[in-house]
Amino acid sequence: MKELAIILMSMVLVNNYVLVQFLGICPFLGVSKKLNSAVGMSIAVIFVMVLATAVTYPIQMLLDMWGIGYLQTVIFILVIAALVQLVEVAMKKMLPALHRSLGVYLPLITTNCAVLGVCIQVIDNGYNYLESIVCAAGAGLGFMLAMVLFSGVRQRIEDNDFPEAFKGIPITLVAASIVSMAFMGFSGVVDGIFGL
Amino acid sequence: MKNKLSILTNGFLKENPVFVLILGTCPTLATSTSAINGLGMGVSTMAVLICANIVISLLKNIIPGKVRIPCYIVVIAGFVTIVQLLLQAFLPEVNESLGLYIPLIVVNCIILGRAEMFASKNSVVDSALDGIGMGIGFTFALFVMGSIREILGSGTWMNMDLTGGAIDPISIFMLAPGAFLTFGCIIAFINWMTNGRAVKKKSFGCEGCPSAEGCGMKEEGGCSK
Repeated sequence: MKELAIILMSMVLVNNYVLVQFLGICPFLGVSKKLNSAVGMSIAVIFVMVLATAVTYPIQMLLDMWGIGYLQTVIFILVIAALVQLVEVAMKKMLPALHRSLGVYLPLITTNCAVLGVCIQVIDNGYNYLESIVCAAGAGLGFMLAMVLFSGVRQRIEDNDFPEAFKGIPITLVAASIVSMAFMGFSGVVDGIFGL
Repeated sequence: MKNKLSILTNGFLKENPVFVLILGTCPTLATSTSAINGLGMGVSTMAVLICANIVISLLKNIIPGKVRIPCYIVVIAGFVTIVQLLLQAFLPEVNESLGLYIPLIVVNCIILGRAEMFASKNSVVDSALDGIGMGIGFTFALFVMGSIREILGSGTWMNMDLTGGAIDPISIFMLAPGAFLTFGCIIAFINWMTNGRAVKKKSFGCEGCPSAEGCGMKEEGGCSK
């Protein structure tokens, strides 16, 4: 139980996917302008991350069993793409209300490096099945935390006066740098809490 | 001949994928901790880009329009696997330092973007030239980012000591915040130099995005607005 809590905490705060490991920067810069879309996108990412990890982990075991582990990249990206399509179709049919609010974000997620990243990372780290799922959930929650915090920061940037050359993407990146600096304060927090 | 040359130089200056089109931000930020790392990532991506562009251009009449994106992804993923195996065999230390980001070349939007925008519409030779130009542009961008961060962050360049220990390096530039800051300042500098004409993510918008069709943002004017 303690190991799972450590994995979760460190994925959300210390090894935050967006601000420390630079995975999923495109939606972080693109969709974080409004709080609503930031939350919608994050929920869709958490969902797909957990699902994709749950599916790709056993597939990797099969690949290893057959001695074709090197096909990991090809198989994983195909599985994720197919999975996202399936989820979208199923959601449209069974949960149309949810599809209306989350559906637009789903196709964007197929080529999101954070999803493929977490699937490969749990295998590189040698986690067991439960740890992998928790790690994926932690990565997704960390993504959500960064998105929600940053959408607040961006709404404040809008009203400020800064040099013309910084308008648009540059000032967003500078703000991301400061938020990322704040997250550096979390390093060591997990060790402190769990007395490692 | 002039036309061919302009395809080649297009990716380097006018449409530099990183600094002008703002594509492939994840590997740019993550692997530019040193000039060597940036170079390694850039060359690996360039190899995949050139090969994928050639193959997709060859197959452009065979691949049915409706399933083209999955087909492109399979071609790209195949070449990424080849590059990954080659790095493991011949340059294990580069593979070690780039780690997770090598398989993630698959989801680099530069490669899928060029396949969709250029290779699927142009001849094999033009597509190869486009791949080379874009690849050089990407490598150049990563090399510049890596050099700035390495010089400021650890006082070295290409593993050569520059300061002789006389000045304390600003180690934040080697860490995550430094990556965002360096990238933001470079784009602002380019904006300033060109009076804001260069960075054209906005006009570029959904045209170059492989997921534009399925994405609901198109009606709202694109996700970059």
